[in-house]
Amino acid sequence: MVSSGTATVELPTDEQILITREFDAPKHLLYKAYTTPELVKRWWSGQKGEVTSAEIDLRVGGKWRWVMVSSEGFEVAFHGEYQEIVPDERLVSTEIYEIPDQGDSPPTVNTATFTEADGRTTLTVLVECPSKELRDTIIDSGMESGMQGSYDALERVAASLS
Amino acid sequence: MARAATTTDAFNAVAEPRRREILDLLAGGERPVNDLVRLLGLAQPQVSKHLRVLREVGAVDVRNEGRQRLYRLNGQALKPIHDWVKSYERLWSERFAELDVVLEELKQQEERDGQ
Repeated sequence: MVSSGTATVELPTDEQILITREFDAPKHLLYKAYTTPELVKRWWSGQKGEVTSAEIDLRVGGKWRWVMVSSEGFEVAFHGEYQEIVPDERLVSTEIYEIPDQGDSPPTVNTATFTEADGRTTLTVLVECPSKELRDTIIDSGMESGMQGSYDALERVAASLS
Repeated sequence: MARAATTTDAFNAVAEPRRREILDLLAGGERPVNDLVRLLGLAQPQVSKHLRVLREVGAVDVRNEGRQRLYRLNGQALKPIHDWVKSYERLWSERFAELDVVLEELKQQEERDGQ
């Protein structure tokens, strides 16, 4: 199998996070892997745990909710609503992190774009935060865990950005 | 969630595209302001403003040499940002590595189905 390398992460503006990665597959398959519950369950948790639920109501205004249980045993859940759907091309949805004991985080708007060239597909995920403060919170959380050498908290927050 | 004011500021300082350019230029070594003005194609006051922000968060240091003010990168201040981006990239890379496996299976399935 061809490995397509690492994801790159950029911070284009104060309110944005941009993730980019190239895949050795046509875009319709990438779109399928992103929008089919049984397939989402296989990749979304990375190597951090197990996806226990992936609900997808793929229509504008439709809701989604994905849940994983980390290897340490805590549950991490996110939900949102699809705002724009262009099959094989583009998915825009809100995303809310269900913070344990604190309720829902403010929503980010995430745009996944699938661009194919010569059978390979570049995926970009643009995360737009409603405020610089939320972006900062996401980053702070990630940094704290990163500096402690533990990626658990990072996973909780970062997983909200799929 | 608590905010870490200092590091947050560093992030915001670095998120601005022009300031990123300045950091890129300084990554090659110490430079006087005039150099930066010329290479960026910006007016001096704009460059000075960006440099002031970068200095405030400790991303760059400055020293005077004769009549020139020389700026250089402060790698220590940028390390937390670098570390965050790296760990965040690692998370997504792991996730996408799993996605590679799924995609490979889907490709083989399509070939079998003769599409």
